[in-house]
Amino acid sequence: MFRVENISKSLGPFSLDEVSFRCAAGDYFVILGRSGAGKTLLLEIMAGIRSPDAGALILDQRDITSLRIQNRGVGLVFQDQAVFPHMSVAANLAFPLKRKGWGRSYIRRRIHQLAQTTGLEHLLDRFPSTLSGGEVQRAVLARTLASEPRLLLLDEPLNSLDVQYKRELQTLLSHLNQQGQTIIHVTHDYQEASALASKVAVMENGRIQQQGPLPEVFRNPASSFVAEFVGIRNFFRGNVENPPGGDHKIFRIRGSSLFFILPSHVPNSVASITLEAKNILLSRSRPDTSALNNFKGRVQQVIPASLGMEVVVDVGVTLAVLVTRESLSRLNVRKDQQVWVSFKASSINVGSSVGPDPV
Amino acid sequence: MLFIVAPLLGMFVHTAVPELADTVGDQKVISSIRLTLWTSAGATLVFALLAIPFAYLLARYDFPLKRMVLAIVDVPVVIPHTAAGIAVLGVISRDTVAGKAASAVGLNLVGHPIGIALAMAFVSIPFLINAARDGFENVPVRLEQAAMNLGASPMRVFFSVSLPLAWRSIVGGMVMMFARGMSEFGAVVIVAYHPMVAPVLIYERFGAFGLDHARPVAVLFILVSLVFFVLLRLVSRSAYVQGRKHQ
Repeated sequence: MFRVENISKSLGPFSLDEVSFRCAAGDYFVILGRSGAGKTLLLEIMAGIRSPDAGALILDQRDITSLRIQNRGVGLVFQDQAVFPHMSVAANLAFPLKRKGWGRSYIRRRIHQLAQTTGLEHLLDRFPSTLSGGEVQRAVLARTLASEPRLLLLDEPLNSLDVQYKRELQTLLSHLNQQGQTIIHVTHDYQEASALASKVAVMENGRIQQQGPLPEVFRNPASSFVAEFVGIRNFFRGNVENPPGGDHKIFRIRGSSLFFILPSHVPNSVASITLEAKNILLSRSRPDTSALNNFKGRVQQVIPASLGMEVVVDVGVTLAVLVTRESLSRLNVRKDQQVWVSFKASSINVGSSVGPDPV
Repeated sequence: MLFIVAPLLGMFVHTAVPELADTVGDQKVISSIRLTLWTSAGATLVFALLAIPFAYLLARYDFPLKRMVLAIVDVPVVIPHTAAGIAVLGVISRDTVAGKAASAVGLNLVGHPIGIALAMAFVSIPFLINAARDGFENVPVRLEQAAMNLGASPMRVFFSVSLPLAWRSIVGGMVMMFARGMSEFGAVVIVAYHPMVAPVLIYERFGAFGLDHARPVAVLFILVSLVFFVLLRLVSRSAYVQGRKHQ
């Protein structure tokens, strides 16, 4: 079990502000944030390369905050890879093993074991300058594993890799995690997080905005930043009202006169909602359906998305609608056109309850 | 280019082969060249043991007055070499602390090969310190951090990561220090006229017997210097190529 308690650090114009989280043994903990959010600095503090101004790091009930970098049991895979260029892959892997005073034959066996796990067997005699980015990344990972860290820290490990290597390394990482390796992985890519994480923390400007199990954070983002960051395009803050004599409740959007119709069972404490872009229908004229939420608006933008086309419509607030390319050409929707959007009350996801506004 | 090559070439052309053969047979000339080579090599190797860790400190750590320290390192290059010789003599002559310590073990540093080596080192050590510092500065700090993260002690990090990666610059600096020490006249002649290093011998032959007698010695010494210089350049180049291969 690893605990980060109120870590603060100022470094020039930049600062970490009372960062705290817990990572249980066997967790795959992903810290999500844009570049410059403080993720790397946080990792360097955990690894002992920098010391925090305040706060504590507790690994397995032991305070490691001021422990020497060599004795922490925390292995860091740097973003810039930091492979030793003057050593073969085998010598790189042997580097942490030699310290432990093991015999040659054990070291050789262990190198082969690690090379097998990471698919490096045929590359052991090669020098790093002759390897591809993905191979170097695996070598660095294997070298860190050789030091048998209790906690494995990964700084954007998939960043510099192309799609095929990315998938391979992802598989390898989740395999390691399944075997019990506790991993903290920082990235700016929410898809990486959704593929690997058991828990996530979203970081912005040196602070953790939200953390928890992956499905919870992805379903109920606590702020528009988190929502946007985890790929949710339609996130609204506001409050629930009971219109007199109505069957339904309404959600009045903050800063707008607009409201959405909600199912009647939604509790009044709800303070934010999300709408999946794929659950919104787009039409040229007012649709004649059972959907309770129908709005006329103007097309602001049409953007290609991975699953089709995203149409951004201004209905008083902006709504992102996902449609297939075929539907788009059939509807002949273009920028600045008038369209109708509609969605069912039940397709609205109600998020977190009223609480302190995080942003 | 012509300016460098022409005088040297002229000197070679003016030296007859029999003259040169006589010089090779001259015991005094040979022993002075030998003395020059080994004092310079000794000075380089012994001072490298101090200069290399010092260069590492300069490359990696900031401390108060660091800029001043860096400037002081370059001072021996800019002062007149005879003045440098006077300075060295001031430290090692018999009535100083160092001189007394040496006398206590029966050593007179003035006029001794050790004194010569000290004079050579004084004027040539900036080349090694600066080259080694450049070499260490070019080793990414990240690699040292990675090594520590993998459990290596600072000592092991230095010997297994920093030193090998800076090696080619260090060897280059040692070649320059050796070459510079070998060709030193001004500082050495103040500390020790005898035993004579080759540059002093050339000067003596010139003063006592004239140009024609000095020239063959000069030619022979230049040949020996060039052979060593080329050999060492080859060694440092192979260190360089290996360094390149690994980067």
